[in-house]
Amino acid sequence: MELNDLMNAPGEWLKGIGPEHDIVISTRIRLARNFSGFHFSNLLEDDEMRKSLINMVSEAVDKTPMMKERIFLDNLKLSPLDNEFLVERHLISRDHAREKRQRAVCFTPSEAVSLMILEEDHLRIQMLQSGFNLVEAWRIIDLLDSELEKNLPFAFHPQFGYVTACPTNVGTGIRVSSMLHLPALVMVKQLNKVLQALQKLNLAARGMYGEGTQAMGNFFQISNQITLGQDEADIIDGLERVIKQIIEHEREARRALVQKKRLRLEDQIWRAIGILKGARIISSGETMSLLSMARLGMDLEMIRGINTPKLNELFLLVQPAHLQKTSGRSLITRDRDVRRAELVRDRLKSVELV
Amino acid sequence: MNCNVCGKTEASIHLTEIVNNNMAEVHLCERCAQEKGSELGHQFSFSDLLAGLADFSPLMLSQAEAGQKCSSCGKSVADLGKSGRLGCPDCYKDLQKALLPLIKRVQRATQHVGKKPAAMAPKMKRQFALRDLQDKLRKYIQDEKYEEAAAVRDEIKKLEMGKLRAQDKKPESGGSEKSSKERTKDGIE
Repeated sequence: MELNDLMNAPGEWLKGIGPEHDIVISTRIRLARNFSGFHFSNLLEDDEMRKSLINMVSEAVDKTPMMKERIFLDNLKLSPLDNEFLVERHLISRDHAREKRQRAVCFTPSEAVSLMILEEDHLRIQMLQSGFNLVEAWRIIDLLDSELEKNLPFAFHPQFGYVTACPTNVGTGIRVSSMLHLPALVMVKQLNKVLQALQKLNLAARGMYGEGTQAMGNFFQISNQITLGQDEADIIDGLERVIKQIIEHEREARRALVQKKRLRLEDQIWRAIGILKGARIISSGETMSLLSMARLGMDLEMIRGINTPKLNELFLLVQPAHLQKTSGRSLITRDRDVRRAELVRDRLKSVELV
Repeated sequence: MNCNVCGKTEASIHLTEIVNNNMAEVHLCERCAQEKGSELGHQFSFSDLLAGLADFSPLMLSQAEAGQKCSSCGKSVADLGKSGRLGCPDCYKDLQKALLPLIKRVQRATQHVGKKPAAMAPKMKRQFALRDLQDKLRKYIQDEKYEEAAAVRDEIKKLEMGKLRAQDKKPESGGSEKSSKERTKDGIE
């Protein structure tokens, strides 16, 4: 299977199934692992060493039944556009795309599992699922980690646990996060309170593409910050509890808006649909904000004619790299904005106001 | 408002970072700002700064501790302060003492209690098992569950006895003075 084949199959996590899928878009668990005998990625300058590390992982993957079906890519052989494409699909991080030295990525066709090789750590194992099922996601990635471990020399310290390039990841090396859609909390201006509370609980909130990215389209990634001193099950449990509360707050805020500000809400949603269906030129930022309203409208049944998987897919297709790949060529911003408007008008053709 | 770093001088420089509707503020006096100035330009994000990772100054550790180098890659804790990253897995071993306070500040804990590699050396496995049991013992005593506590205490004894017996079984090359003494003791008993 090739990179371009991915275009025809939206990733697993977009399917919009799974518990609480109206508010929780997806859940991600990532494990950071390093190998003894090699410097950490940043210090590993020697190309031959890097290649040899990549080969070591490749061989281990070959021996791992869970990864029998997979795509293995050398990022250096991919164009910047293709690398951006992988970032938009959440298969690699921005940093991994921008790195200039040897590195690789390996993922399953469903895009549920992705292994980044020579990102900040030697190996970053990622599991991405639709909806909110942290316990299940952990069960799977735990198994995968154990299988890979049979053929890889994971570096482990008796006191500090799994060693990582940055001490902020040491210990369990786990980063658990869920991506939430919180338009109502933003509208009733409660979001900052939520974010402040999160900080006190050692949890972090970030934008759609992780560290250093902005919160576009009212999407927020909530994740743990502490990785040492608690076991994985406790970290997951802690995050799960907090997210459940945030979900409840969002639902309450939605109820309140519907009860007390229905006309205002409908107006905002209907105007969003109006622009989306009628724009000739539209930026990705504006599209994200408007699609967020569309999503809310769909959830609240104030619009009809579109479903969750289709809308999730649209969020992905309007991103810059995806847009250019579907057009078959690189586009400058203005042309992208025109193409985007065309795509959106087409995809939302059957949407009606309720 | 006093400087966040030294806590002594009045802060004259106020930095605000807004990421994802989340606002983080740092207030610095001129001197600390200058000292941190080089670090702020580096790989650090504000979250690193606030997590205490960037807030590392050689004043916190002794010169020796800060300058000590890893035997495998040559990096020191001072280097960590500049780049936010360690050099290699051995850094955690060679620089353990100096890393401890830093890790404590960032993670609020210093001991890993989670998944361990299956292929762990039996000695390490025993260490972890012992520690887990000791935690359990403490909890049971706190909760006044004395019967369960006694059972755990017996488990601990068994484990510690196991450790001695394993030392006995060690081949000639591994035999330390201690274990040969114990061997004699067992022999007499």
